[in-house]
Amino acid sequence: MRELLVVSGKGGTGKTTLTACLAALDGQKVIADGDVDAADLFILLKPEIRLRREFKAGYVAFINRETCSRCGACAERCRFEAISEVYEVVPTECEGCGVCARVCPEQAISLQERICGEWYVSETRFGPFVHARLSPGQENSGKLVALVLHQARVLAEEQGIPWLLVDGPPGIGCPVISAMAGAGAVLIVTEPTPSGLHDLRRVAELASHFLLPRAGCINKWDLNPHMTAEIEGFCKDQGIPIVGRIPYDVTVSRSLVARQILQEWAPESAVAREIREMWERLQAFVPEV
Amino acid sequence: MVIAVASGKGGTGKTMVATNLAHLLGNKAQIIDCDVEEPNAHLFLFPVVDKITPVTLPVPEVDLSKCTFCGKCAQVCHYKAIVVVGRQVLTFRELCHGCGGCSLACPEGAIREQPRLLGILEEGRSQNLMYAGGRLRVGEAMSAPLIKAARKLARPDKTVILDAPPGTSCPVIATLKGVDFCLLVTEPTPFGVNDLLLALEVVRSLGLEHGIVINRADLGNGELEKICEEQGLHVLMSIPEDRSIAESYSRGQLITLTHPGYRRAFGKLVESIGKILGKNATKPVTRPQRGLESKTTPAGRKT
Repeated sequence: MRELLVVSGKGGTGKTTLTACLAALDGQKVIADGDVDAADLFILLKPEIRLRREFKAGYVAFINRETCSRCGACAERCRFEAISEVYEVVPTECEGCGVCARVCPEQAISLQERICGEWYVSETRFGPFVHARLSPGQENSGKLVALVLHQARVLAEEQGIPWLLVDGPPGIGCPVISAMAGAGAVLIVTEPTPSGLHDLRRVAELASHFLLPRAGCINKWDLNPHMTAEIEGFCKDQGIPIVGRIPYDVTVSRSLVARQILQEWAPESAVAREIREMWERLQAFVPEV
Repeated sequence: MVIAVASGKGGTGKTMVATNLAHLLGNKAQIIDCDVEEPNAHLFLFPVVDKITPVTLPVPEVDLSKCTFCGKCAQVCHYKAIVVVGRQVLTFRELCHGCGGCSLACPEGAIREQPRLLGILEEGRSQNLMYAGGRLRVGEAMSAPLIKAARKLARPDKTVILDAPPGTSCPVIATLKGVDFCLLVTEPTPFGVNDLLLALEVVRSLGLEHGIVINRADLGNGELEKICEEQGLHVLMSIPEDRSIAESYSRGQLITLTHPGYRRAFGKLVESIGKILGKNATKPVTRPQRGLESKTTPAGRKT
């Protein structure tokens, strides 16, 4: 099987749009959305949900007001400022470590499982799609990403599907680290802006910690050809092949507004052609594992 | 006053709005870059950084000469960050949340805590604007504690502008909690709309005053404007799709400098925020303020 993870560091460089375009190209694949806290790929893939499951992860402390003697032992030991002045747990701060429950002399604190969101296995016109929705404000997005990718890999193996295409989260923190663990290769989508280059450096360094083969794609490259040259220079030094250079074209945004995938909406546009060529290059680039 | 600039979706223009706003306010303001995974505000403000402070998390180190391999530490750890295998204790520093549970549970006092570097805080100035921000160490998974540390650098005498990370999970909560106002920057695409609605859930659950900035405004089909109206949202500013703005951004330039008309637009944005906050200050707050408790937590109790 081959597994390609699309990342960017900086948000909004075109990960999801590009992933949807690649999904629409030839070849059987499983598709997964690894951006669980602002999942958008479903908007373009229009999945039919076949399986829906609750995502539970971690714990949140609960203080029984009847038995609590307001001694303050819990608040003193809590390192996350998760216990308020009136001895109530602040769910957004609680890490579910259980220290409060152990130090409570009245045994007034219990830990409850936290429901953080949902995950789904769906059908799309391009193949099976595994995705999720983290409830807004929840924690454990890294664990949910790991779960989604695990399910997608199992599905690919069971059905003998040779490709797994993953839309990754932005940033370099826990969800990205989760998505990179076990990936086959990364495609870094960047743009010729100072933020694009700065964030590319950091996410490329992270991918190299995981010893992952890295390829680059410069979106809207002609917005600033000088910056594009700088990015290409960086990639050359790092041994990151540039597999795609996509021009700035408002057609892309218009296809999104129409909720359509560019490859289907304007297959003969310059951008769609470039993406087809990029997919060819990726066939040779992503290793079989 | 603390104003956060957030979005849900990445790349909608948070940093552009935050840096232009802060630059316009100049010596009255302080900008804090809370997008610690990918901090970008400095690329447009060119601050001179004169102070760097490491931020760490306490993680366990076991003194094997005192350890009896009873396994209590592993039993209490909810993160599988410490494991006892035969006469060996393995610690997984990267998995540790720094709760201190293991050292508390150890009957032999064999566990000491050592710092793990999360990242750094940078402080400095961009001309007369105060600058601060966090920068996560590449390879570190936990950004929320670093964001909380960055927020503690907020100056009470300034209008503090927070450049928030994208998304809707814990790093965003760490940035938004207890701010006076949240600006949500969005764009009229289905992605922009979907992520705006998710971000609104977060902002509302925290009981924050909020307003909308629509970027690339003329791209859409009216769906976003309709939702803003239905949801009773204040649209405080609209920026049209304009290749020359994208080009300025790609050169690291502020649009209030390259497109002087935007000085007035950003000035008006500040006024609108002031009006919303001023109007509401005169009437009692009746809305539940869930999630704001830590604002009233006595300082200095932590770690």
